[in-house]
Amino acid sequence: MSVPKPMMRGLLAKRLRFHLPIAFTVAIAASLAYKFMVAEPRKRAYADFYKNYDAVKEFNAMREAGIFESARPSGE
Amino acid sequence: MLRLTRVGGLLARRATAGLSTGASRMASHGHEITETVDMSKPMYCDRVDTPLPDKPYKDVLTEAEKSLKQKEKGPWGQLSKEEKIALYRLMFCQTYPEMKRRTDEWKTVFGGIFFFIGFVGLVVWWQRIYVYPPRPKTFEDEYMAQQVKRMLDMRVNPIEGLSSKWDYDKGQWK
Repeated sequence: MSVPKPMMRGLLAKRLRFHLPIAFTVAIAASLAYKFMVAEPRKRAYADFYKNYDAVKEFNAMREAGIFESARPSGE
Repeated sequence: MLRLTRVGGLLARRATAGLSTGASRMASHGHEITETVDMSKPMYCDRVDTPLPDKPYKDVLTEAEKSLKQKEKGPWGQLSKEEKIALYRLMFCQTYPEMKRRTDEWKTVFGGIFFFIGFVGLVVWWQRIYVYPPRPKTFEDEYMAQQVKRMLDMRVNPIEGLSSKWDYDKGQWK
């Protein structure tokens, strides 16, 4: 039974050569995906919300709905 | 150093406890003689993670087996295939494929899992009828609608959450 001598050295290096580029690519892709699919839309949503935000108008709407205890609706 | 001697003392106590229970077993059962194994000597085991057990499988050899062992001391090229297999079976009980053969144990495992899940389901059903208190009024549809209306009035999460999905001008969901 003659079996060829197996690889004795460089096993980790071989594995890293294969897996390290994959690992880096996946990590970078994941972070880019998060940035452009979660972070940017969220920032845009906040910017759009506050572009034409009238705080006093919102407050009066909430007051009329009757949720405040110290600012009752204007009728009472 | 102290830790080593303490561990050694524990191991010694455990070994003597094993021997004494073995002796008491032989004394109490007068009729059935169970074959007691001397656990203080090296033992044979068929284990996938132990390729070379502590002792060969067959200790006591017949005359033919002893002569085969003598032949093994010479050049192995002179052994026939059957002799090599016989020598293997003297040393080991099961081969690796025999050890790793698939069993039907998974059927028992899944059967047990499903049986006990079913039993627990019956228990939960009984609990729902006899143990649970009456349902809180906060779960009624009208009450939950009032809760949602109050959250919308308070403008809860108006940018990306609940209130952002409500159209305040039309009074309906977007």
